[in-house]
Amino acid sequence: MDENGQKAHITCQDFSFFYGDNQAVKNITQDFASYQVTAIIGPSGCGKSTLLRSINRMNDLIPGSRTAGRMLFDGQEIYGPRLDVVTLRRRIGMVFQKPNPFPKSIFNNIAYGRRLHGRLGQDELQAVVETSLQRAGLWDEVKDRLEDNALSLSGGQQQRLCIARALAVDPEIVLMDEPTSALDPRATARIEDLIAELRGRYTIIIVTHNMQQAARVSDFTAFLYEGNLIEYGQTARMFTKPREKQTEDYMTGRFG
Amino acid sequence: MELQARKLFDRSLTGISIMAVVLMSLSLLVLLAPIFSRGLGAFFFRGTSEFRRLALEQFNRGNAQEVAGEIRIVGAARRPVYEMLSAFEDELDGMDPTRRQGYRVELKEIKSLLRELLGPLPGELEAVMLRQQYGQTRWDRALVKLGAILYSEEWDYSDTRSMGKKVLRSRQKAFAGTRLESLFPYLENNLSGMLRPRFTFYWRFLTDRSLDSHFFGGIWPEILGTIYLTLGAMLLAIPFGIIAAIYLSEFASGGRLVSLLRVCISTLAGVPSIVFGLFGLAFFINTLHLSGSKSVLAGSATLALLILPTIIRASEEALKAVPHTYKEAALSLGASPLRMVLTVLLPAALPGILTGIIISMGRAAGETAPIIFTAAVSVGRPLKLWETLSQPTPALPWNIYNLATEHQAVDEIRHVQFGMVLTLVLLVLLLNLAAILLRARISKKMRG
Repeated sequence: MDENGQKAHITCQDFSFFYGDNQAVKNITQDFASYQVTAIIGPSGCGKSTLLRSINRMNDLIPGSRTAGRMLFDGQEIYGPRLDVVTLRRRIGMVFQKPNPFPKSIFNNIAYGRRLHGRLGQDELQAVVETSLQRAGLWDEVKDRLEDNALSLSGGQQQRLCIARALAVDPEIVLMDEPTSALDPRATARIEDLIAELRGRYTIIIVTHNMQQAARVSDFTAFLYEGNLIEYGQTARMFTKPREKQTEDYMTGRFG
Repeated sequence: MELQARKLFDRSLTGISIMAVVLMSLSLLVLLAPIFSRGLGAFFFRGTSEFRRLALEQFNRGNAQEVAGEIRIVGAARRPVYEMLSAFEDELDGMDPTRRQGYRVELKEIKSLLRELLGPLPGELEAVMLRQQYGQTRWDRALVKLGAILYSEEWDYSDTRSMGKKVLRSRQKAFAGTRLESLFPYLENNLSGMLRPRFTFYWRFLTDRSLDSHFFGGIWPEILGTIYLTLGAMLLAIPFGIIAAIYLSEFASGGRLVSLLRVCISTLAGVPSIVFGLFGLAFFINTLHLSGSKSVLAGSATLALLILPTIIRASEEALKAVPHTYKEAALSLGASPLRMVLTVLLPAALPGILTGIIISMGRAAGETAPIIFTAAVSVGRPLKLWETLSQPTPALPWNIYNLATEHQAVDEIRHVQFGMVLTLVLLVLLLNLAAILLRARISKKMRG
């Protein structure tokens, strides 16, 4: 349970992340609430993407990186020696800044993740694909052309496809790393609506440099600055009555 | 002023590029035109009655009755020649010895030339070698033989300042006054009746085995040998090459050992092909005893080593060129690194990998030095599949060299040499074309 009476899905305990000698995330202790939307905001280079990618261990791909402290997922240590990264990444999905569908058909994009984790009959697979596309709000637009190459979709459609692809493996948490920064305002609005729909069914942690988006979309907001967690709280309160001066300065645009 | 200078620069750049392309096309044309025109001569020529007789007797092709009928017609046209010969031989017996000796020598020459032209003379014993059992199968060669009969070559050393000059002496004049004199004009005027040349499309040149050191027949053993060697090399090199490339691009840690590995691969790419051949002999045959002596297996292994660096390099480049966003997406969905490689990375890198493979295929098909010591023989029969493990084989590149230099009668089989060259060039061209088409199709499928 965190300070706001929510059950915690992700818990950081004095968690730090290092790129070689450079400490990008500094001793963060915080719970992230389950089945709510949490936004991580802050100026460029403050470590928000690094923190996000640490949750599903995508930073493991970077040579020379290491962590300190603990990060727990449902009480289990994410960086523990016995943790199966493959299962972790199935339970914690990710949507990237630039839409990155595979050069395969729309159907095979969605089915890819599902096929990784067990054999499924064609009918079951079809059902999973349809459900995921509906949850991502893309079904009506592509239901007649599931065999088309995914790269033929528009940018906004591709990003919704990526969201559907992430949802297809039935994760508990969906991490979103600036998902709308490469999209036009209309596509952005659709994705924000989508996030509102997904809330309650999934835990969503979204990194955004757009404060208005954070205000629109999230239940809780974490403000990072130079790797430190400056403030965390309910979005409504943070944007109207921030406790820390740094938070207030950032929100009023005095820096960042 | 600056704009004008830039325009001039642009135009001259375009001009130079166009000139380079034109020059390259011209050189290609100069190279390929004789190959094509003379190579096609192995397939399209005027075949004689001897050709059709050979096809029936050696390859069981053609209508037996037609051939028998033709033999009769041709025999009738040839009879005067043989009658003139025997009449002259009678005349010789009654001649004085000094004259007789000179004529005897030249008569022997003429008779052997006639045998080469028309086949065995009537009444003679069956010849041992196949090439002596038939006359000229090609009309163009027949005309050359005719020239040799009509004119003998002599060297004129009268001019002391220069080396001897080659002069053609008319044999008709030499035999003036004898019973043989009329042979020459008769032969010249009636040769077509004696050989009945007809336009022939000998496409079976590609599927017939060769007879009597390529004097007759086709080049199927060479083609099959080249196919075996190339496929064998690909089978050995492709798995190793792709796996090595995957390791180097995805799993290698970049330490000292990996750098050393890369240096080794680059060095391997620069080794002269003859060194590969000697290595293949020393290692695969004499040390590992893959086979007792030369074999397709040893040759394929040697060729595989030759093309391995190319495949590794091309595959590695292709793998590195796959956007890392694909890899990230796959991993974030819960793919293990190996599954990511197999399901996302390799399919995306396929066009590049295929290009490397097909280029290597063309190279393996055409390399000569690696197979000299390990696989190639000059005369052989088409091998069955299981024999490739232990038996050597003829192959197009090496046999081209062999036929053009070490053959007993290099000039007689020029058409076979050019036919082989054309076949090899076409084979490599077709392989590359297939690669381009395949690669384009895959690229299109992936781009949507």
